[in-house]
Amino acid sequence: MSSSRREFLMSSGALGLAGLLGGVAPFGRAAHAAGAIKVGLLLPASGTYAPLGEAIRRGAELYVKSKGGALAGRAIEFTALDDESAPPKAAELTNKLIFGEKVDVLMGTVHSGVAAAMVKIAREAGVTTLVPNAGADAITGGLCAPNVFRTSFANGQVGEATAKAMLAGGVKEAITCTWRYAAGEEMVAGFKRVFEAGGGKVVKDIALPFPDVEFQSALAEIAAAKPQAVYSFFAGGGAAKFIKDFAGAGLKDKVQLWGPGFLTDGVEQAVGAAGDGVKTVLHYADGLTNPEDAAFRKAFQAAYGVAPDVYAVQGWDAMHVLDVGLTAVGGDVAKKDALHAAMAGASFASPRGPFAFSANRNPKQTFYLRELKGGKNVLLGVAAEGLADVGKGCKA
Amino acid sequence: MDLVLVQIFNGIQYGFLIFLAASGLTLVFGILGVINLAHGSFYMLGAYLALSLTEATGDVFLACLLGIPLAAVFGWAIERLFIRRLYGRDHLQQVLLTFALILIFNEVQRMLWGNYPHSVPAPTWLSGSIRLTDTLAYPIYRLALTVICAALAAAMFFVIRKTGVGRLIRAGESNREMTELLGFDANRLYGLVFAAGVALAALAGMLAAPVESVYPGIGERILIISFVVVVIGGIGSLEGAFLGALAIGVADALGKVFLPDFAGVLVYALMATVLVVRPAGLFGRTIR
Repeated sequence: MSSSRREFLMSSGALGLAGLLGGVAPFGRAAHAAGAIKVGLLLPASGTYAPLGEAIRRGAELYVKSKGGALAGRAIEFTALDDESAPPKAAELTNKLIFGEKVDVLMGTVHSGVAAAMVKIAREAGVTTLVPNAGADAITGGLCAPNVFRTSFANGQVGEATAKAMLAGGVKEAITCTWRYAAGEEMVAGFKRVFEAGGGKVVKDIALPFPDVEFQSALAEIAAAKPQAVYSFFAGGGAAKFIKDFAGAGLKDKVQLWGPGFLTDGVEQAVGAAGDGVKTVLHYADGLTNPEDAAFRKAFQAAYGVAPDVYAVQGWDAMHVLDVGLTAVGGDVAKKDALHAAMAGASFASPRGPFAFSANRNPKQTFYLRELKGGKNVLLGVAAEGLADVGKGCKA
Repeated sequence: MDLVLVQIFNGIQYGFLIFLAASGLTLVFGILGVINLAHGSFYMLGAYLALSLTEATGDVFLACLLGIPLAAVFGWAIERLFIRRLYGRDHLQQVLLTFALILIFNEVQRMLWGNYPHSVPAPTWLSGSIRLTDTLAYPIYRLALTVICAALAAAMFFVIRKTGVGRLIRAGESNREMTELLGFDANRLYGLVFAAGVALAALAGMLAAPVESVYPGIGERILIISFVVVVIGGIGSLEGAFLGALAIGVADALGKVFLPDFAGVLVYALMATVLVVRPAGLFGRTIR
């Protein structure tokens, strides 16, 4: 055999390196119309998070379209870069948008690691920044800044809301089960903070390496401990598999399965009957009855031919926040202090319900309790009202 | 104690599945000398074939029967079009081409099947669970999967050890030039081996589809773990891949429960240990 083992090993290493390479793929138009406000979108257009990035972009574009393509009399022009959900590329792409494209407003992204890197640059540059998803607590905690606004949630906040719903549902003891990475750890930490303070007992924390989807070991542990409930956070394919394996292991009828809404969103069809009875908590749900949601859903369906999801709402609201700010300064983005102050004070009716920021510019919002039934996240009621995130370490 | 037994069983079951996926990789590298980074993509292809064919036929096993020849033909075509040009070339060029294939396959997958996770139902006659303890049940399909994988492993060893084709494959692996000198058409042998490698990866993907959820990038995890198995077992060695896969499966399952803080690195630590003790892998020949 002519090929040596050393070459083989080196090439295997190159596999990892190759993942870091690859081009920057702009997918938007770049022509800069005179007088238009440039909004730079740093969103995933490829990879696992591509559908989330698309939903956010659609929500944002739909809002602007609903206002006739202009906010406060200024045309809005989107310039988009694919962040590939790759933290190593975040700094370069953020710099490209802020200093290369000279965007007036920066909006991104889904992945918390990318968003954290983006925010670190944006807060120094002072550019008006909207975070339409990434839940890392630090973005409105230690990294918070007067020019950074999040229109989604903080990880810990969702965990707290879920804990409230579980306590209210009579759950007294639980095992937590998630991936060992920032989002999972923060959602578990927020959950434990409220669950234990409310008299609940966390029997055990199971943390699996990210993004491992071999769940049999965890399920055997859960079966051995026989807790009343499992609080679990996975997303995408991993979530679908966990829910199915949980049912397959015969735990479905013996142990309640709870989690943040991301556990079931987007995998409703994939899990089928195995998902019936999974209870989740999120700041959005199917079947809300406010008129803004009805109008939003109708417009979204008409524009794109699919029903909107929570990510589309977050994109829509990001533009709504910007709209409020621009209106206050008459469309003059250069008046940053006034613009940011007006945005921080934004208070309006969102499809998700009343929208307002807490002092650290993260939404103070209603969380809904939903149950997966027949492939739909059926609204059961309100899990927490007017809940703000902890915002630990936010001094700005 | 119960937990330990259950975990060892989980590990063996997981190990069988990664053996099936890794066997194709070790054959292709051992005989063709090509590092095939796109191997995980063929696993993904299998998973998505299972999705579409199960929808069409109503049974995942029927889907496998249809999918194996499809995957083999696909693999044969890929070998003709691309892989053939890589023989005897620098490994970096092989890595570049097969990495490009990953990107292309991922994009095609997205166009054909979209981004959301899908689910493949187990056949109804295997869809129940067997109770192990009073709280833990084991899905029957998983048990069946273990039996099927064991049977496939046995069949593979039989073909390699006892048949003419197997002899030829072993000959090609141990000395390519000599095999050609003896008058065997290396091109045809290589095409056959690559097609078989693709079919094995796809079959692993198809059989695993009902216990996995089918999602974009499903093959990447399998690719990494397959490389680990091949390195532990010794490049080109089917026996090595078999033992390596079982060792990794059991280490992973036990590690998750008893050393949860190190579960992520345990299989790599195992690989490093094997490399220190036996640099050529468990069954690898010494470096030339």
